[in-house]
Amino acid sequence: MTTVLLVLVAIMATVVWWLFRQTINVRPWIEQRPIDNVRGDGALPLPSVKVGLGVFLAVATSLFALLISAYYMRMEGADWTTLAVPKGLWLNTGALVLSSVAMQWARVAARRGRIDGVKIGLIAAGVFTFGFLAGQLWVWQQLSAAGYFAAANPANAFFYLLTALHGLHLLGGLWVWAKATAKVAQGVGVGAVRLSVELCAVYWHYLLLVWLVLFALLLSTPPRQNSCTPDTVAICGPTR
Amino acid sequence: MSYVAHDESAFVRPAEVAEVELYHPKTFIGKYIWSQDAKVIGVQYAITAIAVGLVALVLSGIMRLQLGFPHTFSFINPNNYLQFVTMHGMIMVVYLLTALFLGGFGNYLIPLMIGARDMVFPYVNMLSYWIYLFAVMLLMASFFVPGGSTGAGWTLYPPQAILEGTPGVHWGIILMLVSLAFFIIGFTMGGLNYVVTVLQARTRGMTLMRLPLTIWGIFMATILALLAFPALFVSAIMMILDQALGTSFFMPALVSKGQHLDYNGGSPVLFQHLFWFFGHPEVYIVALPAFGIVSDLISVNARKNIFGYRMMVWAIVAIGGLSFIVWAHHMYVSGMNPYFGFFFATTTLIIAVPTALKVYNWVLTLWRGDIHFTVPMMFAIGFVFTFVNGGLTGLFLGNVPIDLPLSDTMFVVAHFHMVMAVSPILVVFGAIYHWYPKITGRMLNDTMGKFHFWVTFIGAYAIYYPMHYLGFLGVPRRYYAVENIDFIPQSAQSLNAAITIAALIVGTVQLVFLYNLIWSYFKGKPSGDNPWQATTLEWQTAHTPPKHGNFGATLPVVYRWAYDYSVPGAGVDFIPQNQPPSKSTASAEEKSS
Repeated sequence: MTTVLLVLVAIMATVVWWLFRQTINVRPWIEQRPIDNVRGDGALPLPSVKVGLGVFLAVATSLFALLISAYYMRMEGADWTTLAVPKGLWLNTGALVLSSVAMQWARVAARRGRIDGVKIGLIAAGVFTFGFLAGQLWVWQQLSAAGYFAAANPANAFFYLLTALHGLHLLGGLWVWAKATAKVAQGVGVGAVRLSVELCAVYWHYLLLVWLVLFALLLSTPPRQNSCTPDTVAICGPTR
Repeated sequence: MSYVAHDESAFVRPAEVAEVELYHPKTFIGKYIWSQDAKVIGVQYAITAIAVGLVALVLSGIMRLQLGFPHTFSFINPNNYLQFVTMHGMIMVVYLLTALFLGGFGNYLIPLMIGARDMVFPYVNMLSYWIYLFAVMLLMASFFVPGGSTGAGWTLYPPQAILEGTPGVHWGIILMLVSLAFFIIGFTMGGLNYVVTVLQARTRGMTLMRLPLTIWGIFMATILALLAFPALFVSAIMMILDQALGTSFFMPALVSKGQHLDYNGGSPVLFQHLFWFFGHPEVYIVALPAFGIVSDLISVNARKNIFGYRMMVWAIVAIGGLSFIVWAHHMYVSGMNPYFGFFFATTTLIIAVPTALKVYNWVLTLWRGDIHFTVPMMFAIGFVFTFVNGGLTGLFLGNVPIDLPLSDTMFVVAHFHMVMAVSPILVVFGAIYHWYPKITGRMLNDTMGKFHFWVTFIGAYAIYYPMHYLGFLGVPRRYYAVENIDFIPQSAQSLNAAITIAALIVGTVQLVFLYNLIWSYFKGKPSGDNPWQATTLEWQTAHTPPKHGNFGATLPVVYRWAYDYSVPGAGVDFIPQNQPPSKSTASAEEKSS
């Protein structure tokens, strides 16, 4: 649980630090004035959806940090046999990086007011993202064809679980992407999609980061041989 | 960032928001069923939560019947007793209290109290309610599937939760876990709304430090919930996989009914960590809104500003932060490194400091106040008593050597019911009596309210005080029958019978409350806009009940904090937050400070 503890301490520390800065030296029982021309109400200088996305990313971070914690804890079990990382994942990672780059392209184009660039960026990002998802499914198929079933070993189960949750998050992002792309296809101006593109880009970068962390986790897990036979597992199996 | 403007005044939102920004439904269905108005959603949440809570109340009555009068009721057998225990616990904690405080009061009060038209994402807010309702229906469906609902205890510990022999092992547990997953998805949608609305949609002049403590409590509880619920989500998904696909996340190698199961090497303690990583913050997810609401009820009815407002805010934030590093105190008996035990015992006891600060501040707010013993005030004071009582036994249980013998006895049941069931529910009642006039435009009946308070308050003590003694005797919790055990004297059975009678009386009296809610809706005394003469913005609306958009044509501008009661030199004993300062009193106060 150390991983999740560190992550949550970081998140909570940010929250507490920000709140503390907002509230220290404020004496509301004395002050009586309208706060007119200053940013007195303390709202963040961002559109609400962006703040909403930020809060959601904190929730998603908590989710993935918990899974990684669970992964580490479960890894100590004697029955753990680390999955040989399928080669296809490198290809998929490349596709996800490219989709993130394409999103950034669209974001920059939106900022500069070039709708053509937005269009190209969004379409490319979509293609690469679908490529990534298809690639993940392909890796799943390869693995299960090779006998790496979810129930066979906790390492396999974690692999399927982590990739599935990551993929579902991407699918959620594709919903916003699809709406933005449809708008662009209808020929709206840059202003109508700028915010959506911004949000997509931030979300894609975040999910790329999560994927890189998960991928590094898979790569860095030391291989372990199962020293227990089914008959002796009750004795040599994990006690915790 | 293209959105960062360089002129600071660009961020001051106009006080007037054009009407077109709100989605105005035309039909009855659009207005009350698929509503995007946070107030309607709040009421929908509250009604659903109370309805499902009544189911859980009936379940607890049946459990008490069995404990008080064993061998009397043929319809209670060991299996469905365990199912009742499980469903009672889970419904009360998650589907009633969490949903009611955050979904119900959060939705109704946040926009009104911070001076906003609505939540920032109304559509997502509506989805949140419907997903919650779907989760409730899934949970209720589990009563009717083959094998019935799960009987694993509300903590759903594996391996027992998904082992043959536990009630509801095939359908019940799956429905429970899926329902929890949906609840969490729905809650996350609502929670994003509550946090972002408090951050971004406050009206002009409503600084963070002018927020009423109710909002602070709900805000911080929502942050906790958003970060803690993923732990329950993860463990629910992993347990579904263990049950349905035969993975071994939590399931160790074991022999059941003479058969080697296919599970291998899973870690039940991993589940406990994940569960309590959610489970302990959950206590504060329920408690922090209660703390906030009580602060406001006490201040309004003592006609005094809350004592130590800033300390109260920091205490809420500190409790929220600390609540993430105490979870393992629920797992002392699972075995752990003594240093961990020491660490978690210490952090647990440290939480008592900000909590005690809050209690002192409530008492000091009452000190020499002009106390009005209205029904909400009685519930608020009842809460302070009960919370102190429950909190004190928490100090016992937080210590490893005391927890070990008391764990899994009735003492624990008495402790957490005092602190997490009776205390918050007293606040829920107080809050309903307080805000019902704003929701309906009519006052709740006072006589029925006072009767409801006294029976509930005294009855709760008649139920839970004796239960501590049962715990000291070693009477275990979750047992269908406790008989022929040497160390448990016969008198324990008489005590159990007395507790059951008290519980049935308290349970029945809640019908008076329900009757009051319905009767007053039609026959109650009209309340006017501000029956309690309170300062906060929800009482300053143009209409009662407030219309969609809350504040009419212009949003209020806030000039002061929420606690200007009995200000020296003022004509009346309260000054609403949106009342501009008169030049003379403002300058006089600046000098005197």
